[in-house]
Amino acid sequence: MRFKLFLLSTIVFAGSAAAQLPGVSIRVPSGFAVANVAKDFGRVRHIAINTNGDVYMKLEKLNQGKGIYRLRDTNKDGVMDDTLAFGNYIGTGIALKHGYLYASSNSEVFRYKLDAQQDILHPDQPETIVTGLVDKRQHASKSIALDNAGNIYVNIGAPSNACQEQDRKQGSMGMNPCPILETAGGIWQFRADRLNQTYKEGVRYATGLRNCVGLDWNNEVNELFITVHGRDMLHQFYPEIYNQKRGAELPSETMYMVKKGDDCGWPYVHWDHFQNKKILNPEYGGDGKKTGAEKALSPLVGFPGHMAPNALLFYTGNQFPEKYRNGAFIAFHGSWNRAPENQEGFYVVFIPMKDGKPTGKWEVFADGFSGVEKVTNLSAVKHRPCGLAQGPDGSIYVSDDNKGYVWKINYNQ
Amino acid sequence: MKKWMVLCLILVSAMGMMVSSQAGNTQMKTTMARGKLVYDRYCLTCHQADGGGVPRMNPPITNTEYVLGNKQRLIGIVLNGLNIPLEINGEEYENPMASHAFLKDGQIADVLTYIRNSFGNKASAVTVAEVKSARAKNK
Repeated sequence: MRFKLFLLSTIVFAGSAAAQLPGVSIRVPSGFAVANVAKDFGRVRHIAINTNGDVYMKLEKLNQGKGIYRLRDTNKDGVMDDTLAFGNYIGTGIALKHGYLYASSNSEVFRYKLDAQQDILHPDQPETIVTGLVDKRQHASKSIALDNAGNIYVNIGAPSNACQEQDRKQGSMGMNPCPILETAGGIWQFRADRLNQTYKEGVRYATGLRNCVGLDWNNEVNELFITVHGRDMLHQFYPEIYNQKRGAELPSETMYMVKKGDDCGWPYVHWDHFQNKKILNPEYGGDGKKTGAEKALSPLVGFPGHMAPNALLFYTGNQFPEKYRNGAFIAFHGSWNRAPENQEGFYVVFIPMKDGKPTGKWEVFADGFSGVEKVTNLSAVKHRPCGLAQGPDGSIYVSDDNKGYVWKINYNQ
Repeated sequence: MKKWMVLCLILVSAMGMMVSSQAGNTQMKTTMARGKLVYDRYCLTCHQADGGGVPRMNPPITNTEYVLGNKQRLIGIVLNGLNIPLEINGEEYENPMASHAFLKDGQIADVLTYIRNSFGNKASAVTVAEVKSARAKNK
C-alpha cells in the first residue's frame, strides 16, 4: 500500500507519463508523427528503450529523491501507466545490453540485472562496474555505450575549455603537453561484467576529445562513433582572429569513428568545416590558418559551432523509409556560446550513412523543441533535445533535459 | 525681512537639490551606459543578453542574493572568479568563471552597478572606492 501510494505521488508530482499534447509543436518530415510520452520529469538526459517498450530515463537532478525513472505501458494501450523510480544518484548515461541496465553517475558506472519479465531484480542494489572517474563539475557527464564483445565505453570529458593554464581566462596559454589527457579528454574502455574497475583496469581507447556527450556503437561496421562538443570562446578571447560571426560558426561540432589508440587533437587543434582542416588553437600559437596535430584524426562530419551534439543514434529499425537505415540521428542540445548572435541547434538531425560513412549532407529531421522562432536568450527556450533511443517497433524517442519531456516519433506514411 | 530671507533660502536650496538630483540621474545614466559596454564585452556570452544565464552551465544574475546582496562578495567574484559548487535559486551550475581582476576598478564598479540595476534588478550602485577597497583586501 505504501509503495502504491508512493507510485501515485510520483505520477502526480514527479511528472506525468500520459500522452498529452506537448506545449510546443515538433516539426518532422512528411509521413512522420510525434507523440508525447512523458513530461515534467526535470533534467532527463539520456534514455534507453527495452525490448518490451519500457522507457528508462537518466536524470541529472534527483526527482523525488530518484535519478532513474522507468515508464511502462502495462496494458499496451499506448499510454505509459506505470512508473518505477530508483537510483539515488544524478547522471547522464543509460543503456541496455544482454539482460542488464547500465547507468552512470558523474564518476561511476552501475549495472542492474533484469529478469525474464524485464523487471529489475534489485533496483536499490546495483553492481558498481567502474568507479573513481574524474568529476570536476565541468563536462562531468559520463555518457556510455556498449559493443558486442562485452566492453563498455565511457566518455570522460575534459574539465576544461582548451587546457589553458588558467581555464577560460583570456590570454592564458595552453599547457603542452596537456596533463588533463592522462585521466580525461577521451573515451575509456572497461569490461561490462567486471566489478569496481578504476583507471588501472581501463584502457584509454581514444584521446584528444574535449567532451563526447553522444556515443553509439555502429553494428553495421562494428565500431564506436562519437559526437564531440568543440571549444568555446574563440571570438570572445581572440576577436582579432575570429570576428563575431566566425566565432559563432567555429569551431565545428564533430562526429568521428574512433578505433583503439586514436587521437582527435584536443586541445591543440579544432576542426574548421570551412577550411576542412585541423586548425591550431590560439592558446597554442594558432592564427586561424596554421594547422596542427598532423597525426590526429579528421572528423567524418563538421557541423556549425556550439550546437552541442548530445546524443547519437544509428537507426537499425525497419519502420522508417529505407534512406534512414544505418544512418545517424544526432540530438543537438542547442548553443549558448554564439551570443550575441542568435543561438543554433535545439533540433534532431539525420545523416544518411552506409558502411559507416556519410552518403549525403546532414538535414534537420525534427525541429521546434525550443518553442521560439529565434533563440536570443537561453531563458526563453522551452525544451532542449538531449537523448535519443530506438524502440522495438523501429520508432525513435527524443528526450529533453530542460523540462523533462520525452517524445516518440513514428513513421505512418 | 527675515521671512523673505527664509523663503529665499528655501527656494535656493530646493533648486540646488533639483540640480543635484538631475546631476545624479545623468551620472547614473553614464555609469549604466559604461557598465553595459563592459557587460556586453566580458559577461554577456555566459550570462546572456537578458542576464538569465544558461541552464546547468552559467548561473542567472537576475533575482539572486549573489548579485543583489553583499557588494564585497559580488566584487570578490569578479576579482577571483568562481569555481565551487554553489546552489543559486535551487540549481547548480558547472562552468567555472575565470578571474576578471584585469578589469579596472572603474569598469568593475560600472558593470556591477549595471547588473544590479538591469534585467529587473534594483539595488544600490557599486562605487569605485568599494572596488578599490575590496581589491586591496583581496591581495
